Amino acid sequence: MSVVLRAQGLHKILAGDVPTTLIKGVDLEISAGEFVCIMGPSGSGKSSLLYLLGLLDVPTHGTIELDGVNTQGFNDAQLTQLRLEKLGFVFQFHFLLSEFSVLDNVCLPMRRLGRWPEAQCRERAMSLLTRLGVAAQALKLPSQLSGGQRQRVAVARALANDPLILLADEPTGNLDTVASANVRQILHDLTRELGKSVIAVTHDPKFAAGADRRINVVDGQIDPDWQPL
Amino acid sequence: MIALNIAWTHLTSRKRQTAVSLVGVVLGVAFFLAVSALMRGSEKDFITRLIDNSPHITVSDEFRTARLQPARLRWPDDLVEIVGLRPKNETRGIRGWRYRLGQIESLPGVRVAPVLVGSAVLLFAGQEQGISLSGIVPARMRGVSTIEEKLVEGSLDDLEANAGGIIIGAGLAEKFSLRRGSTVNLVAGGGSNRSLTVVAIFRTGNAGYDESQTYVLLKRAQLLLGRPDRVNRFIIKLADASQALLVASRIEAMGTYKAVSWAEASEDILNVLFVRNVIMYSVVSAILLVASFGIYNTLSTIVMEKTRDIAILKSVGFQAGDIRHIFVLEGLIVGTLGSVLGLLVGAGLMQLMASVQIRPPGGTAMVNLPVWWGGEQFLMAAGFALFSCLLAAWLPARKAGRLHPVDILRGAT
Repeated sequence: MSVVLRAQGLHKILAGDVPTTLIKGVDLEISAGEFVCIMGPSGSGKSSLLYLLGLLDVPTHGTIELDGVNTQGFNDAQLTQLRLEKLGFVFQFHFLLSEFSVLDNVCLPMRRLGRWPEAQCRERAMSLLTRLGVAAQALKLPSQLSGGQRQRVAVARALANDPLILLADEPTGNLDTVASANVRQILHDLTRELGKSVIAVTHDPKFAAGADRRINVVDGQIDPDWQPL
Repeated sequence: MIALNIAWTHLTSRKRQTAVSLVGVVLGVAFFLAVSALMRGSEKDFITRLIDNSPHITVSDEFRTARLQPARLRWPDDLVEIVGLRPKNETRGIRGWRYRLGQIESLPGVRVAPVLVGSAVLLFAGQEQGISLSGIVPARMRGVSTIEEKLVEGSLDDLEANAGGIIIGAGLAEKFSLRRGSTVNLVAGGGSNRSLTVVAIFRTGNAGYDESQTYVLLKRAQLLLGRPDRVNRFIIKLADASQALLVASRIEAMGTYKAVSWAEASEDILNVLFVRNVIMYSVVSAILLVASFGIYNTLSTIVMEKTRDIAILKSVGFQAGDIRHIFVLEGLIVGTLGSVLGLLVGAGLMQLMASVQIRPPGGTAMVNLPVWWGGEQFLMAAGFALFSCLLAAWLPARKAGRLHPVDILRGAT
């Protein structure tokens, strides 16, 4: 299996009067199509690690190689372009633009990328929404949807530009049990079906149960001895 | 255009705030227009009066600089020192005036009248009054002066028909209770004495002028002042008054006599008007600047409210420039809409002001407020409005572009 993401010696230190070390020395490889869950107690640095891997944040030391491209020394514009082309994000909070319809929200990244003409963007968005079971809501505003539906729309948006890797930060953290199970199921099924790699930060053992690999982060480091229950 | 789409959505989802900042720009542009139209209108009105009531160019029997001595002319670059010099007596009056008159008249768009100006004393019923005497050719004077319009009694034709006639001002007429047909005695500098009949009376509104200016026929003046076949002024009117400076210098170049244009003669007034314009434009621009604070306020609020949207847009792959673009566009939309509406409202205000009639203090006739419809003030109003809107939008836009998604994501979860 080819490696789509390789992180080496990642450190993240927040400058300040008392520098805070969030991540200290993480090495990680993600293969194509692999479903990886990052677990760990709160404050352990899971989210920080995810932001680094998602190129949203820049490591203080260490390198990240995405799809064979070493991102060291990239500026904000270059990192943003890489995110646009190769990464998709789902957060705990859905972060849909409230004034835009569900369809427009999903089309947004495609319009920015400009790879497909408008008609095709809509077609792709509709097909994603259909797969996620929210096609009927396409023309509604996010505020008219239930929490689970919104999160599924957020997944559709994350997949819009056909990314290599889907990064999810507690995607079910804000949902009730039923919705949570639903989103979990869909994320697992769809990403396997589409062959996407997934890196998900989660507290939810059920969510983690379906993953190919589970990583435990403690104090900014990967705990090598940890065994999932 | 995703940026435009998002910008438009931001504005329309905050209708009240947007409307308030829009009204600010509209009022700013409208007041800018109305005030500048009135100020520029009054300026133009003033200049028109200035130009109409005085000659565009006056050529007099004087020289701009003292005459150079022949030795100076012969060796212009060498040191020539002449001490104890007393220039030779000049014959007063314009030499060869008929020839020069023809020369000036051959210039395009120029009308010219010869005048002999001198002073005299008017005697009437034992009273004396020093007056300025102008000898004119009525047919020519008509083309260069508004004197005929100022006549309240009689006409220039009456003067032409009566070689012993005199036109006096209303002030003088009231002072000596003169009327048409009254006879007055005139003693000129040369000592010659002549009785003249009042044929016409003018009123210009300028008290000094109305009390001391008189007109007689050129021939009569030449006899009275003892200067036969002489004139010492050319009064010139141009088809296009703005050419006065240029034409004046051409006349001076051909005749060496001093030719003073209205612009030169009224330079101080023109300077005052210029300063007035600078002050006026500063003040009305300040209105627009204040209006732009409304936009700044609205956009800053939107940026604050939309930090999550900005974070997600950035994480999805929107560049900092894309985000800035959105907010600058919002400023531009408000600025453009505000300018267009403001120009319309401003034009309406101008229309309204132009229809207002006022009676100037001391005046008898009603006059309309002078409103200038020049295009440049429309351009300035719109241009300055757009500029301040862009400036007001740029600051929040820059802030939005700098937002770091991670900071917001951390705070949100």
